[in-house]
Amino acid sequence: MTPASGSTKLTGLTNRIIPCLDVRDGRVVKGVRFKNLQDQGDPAESAARYAEQGADEIVFLDITASPEGRDADRDWIRRTAEQVFIPLSVGGGVRRLEDAERLLRSGADKVALNSSPIDRPELLDELARRFGSQCVVLSVDAGRWSRPRPDSRWQVVTHGGRRPRGIDAIEWIVEGVERGAGEILLTSIDSDGTKDGYDLELLEEVCRRVSVPVIASGGAGRPEHLAAALKAGAAAVLAASIFHQGTYTVGEIKAYLEQQGFPMRESPS
Amino acid sequence: MTELNDPSQFAAETIVIDAGVGNLDNLARALRHVGGDCRVTTDPQVISSAKCLVLPGVGAFRPPRETLRGAMEEALRSAVDHGAWLLGICVGFQLLFDRGEEFGNTDGLGLLPGVVRQLPDDVPIPHIGWNQLHDETSHALFAGIPSGSYFYFVHSFAPHATSDSLCPDSTCLARATHGVPFIAVAGRGRILGTQFHPERSGPAGLSLLSNFLELAHAADSSD
Repeated sequence: MTPASGSTKLTGLTNRIIPCLDVRDGRVVKGVRFKNLQDQGDPAESAARYAEQGADEIVFLDITASPEGRDADRDWIRRTAEQVFIPLSVGGGVRRLEDAERLLRSGADKVALNSSPIDRPELLDELARRFGSQCVVLSVDAGRWSRPRPDSRWQVVTHGGRRPRGIDAIEWIVEGVERGAGEILLTSIDSDGTKDGYDLELLEEVCRRVSVPVIASGGAGRPEHLAAALKAGAAAVLAASIFHQGTYTVGEIKAYLEQQGFPMRESPS
Repeated sequence: MTELNDPSQFAAETIVIDAGVGNLDNLARALRHVGGDCRVTTDPQVISSAKCLVLPGVGAFRPPRETLRGAMEEALRSAVDHGAWLLGICVGFQLLFDRGEEFGNTDGLGLLPGVVRQLPDDVPIPHIGWNQLHDETSHALFAGIPSGSYFYFVHSFAPHATSDSLCPDSTCLARATHGVPFIAVAGRGRILGTQFHPERSGPAGLSLLSNFLELAHAADSSD
């Protein structure tokens, strides 16, 4: 018997460690602040490697420039789904119900939406009704206003950090959850790619306002950053460059976090 | 990575019942990966003549319950009466119990004893992520899976025994805890189910699916 039986702890739920793979034209890429993209390998191979290291989930963001390019090469999702049996989230270019359906058919378990529901928020309701909230991830890129405002601290930014939308990020996230988003993938545009740590104030504020899991993203450089994000209330932490560049393995990060008292799933041996 | 088994390992097809909710492609991929030929269907004739059934589901209790009601339910009951093996997954697992309390009471299929109740709100709801089994029995479904393994859950409601005792009879095969302990795996004879998603639970989940197919097809060949 395992120790959880009869213990006083409220849940055996663990915090999730999620490598993120930006994919362009079927290849993994990573840049700083969405610029200077470098080729970092095959998506399916990378995902399989991270799954073996103990990743709890994989997020793919397809940043292929054109919709035609995306449709032409979705084979990497299917190849990943045939060999990686942990949750796979895919985002990028989902504008209609049919786009989401195509991703799910290809092998995604969850679909991440970023800019399209800002133009048409009903898309979130439609997706949740059709496929269930569990597969609708609202991905929000949030940035601090260039000129501070009294009523809003972060605004929604889209198009890889290039287009400020003038919408309060917190209010948008609350609305997204009400409409049916089952998880929030929260990226700080200010810290993404900097390796200086997550925007903890943003994270704390979002975690205070919504009950669905919040995945912290943008800025992981050292294991302490991931610990700080979990302490701020994130259910899961997402990181890209520290894994892609081999700075840390998923297993090393999990061992550190477990030592710090955060519950982790054991890595498959 | 789990070894890819010979796809023709099992004689009979595994029939995945499509109750109209969620995406079943990755479940089918996982079943094929562990060696089961499988077909996703809504056809009552295919369901009633099946030897090995999987009933998946996501989201709320009522929509798939209403989809099943009528011809599909009759076919499912007929298959079960004729000795088919059945694995319920997530909401498909919940449907096997007596009753669901989501959006008012809804009758379940009554194949397993218990009621599906909301998890308490002193923990984050929905319960999304990897959680650990405890109090596992020595059921063949767990063959080769280390005690205390983690599986991937996504749900806000979970099955509970109707009496004060968590396991009033031997149908609870393992529990997990989120706010309260709940029935995470249950089984009575050939009716089995898991609250988590074995098809998304890495090597442990694949082993469980493989064990289910072994059970179903071993029984099939000995009939």
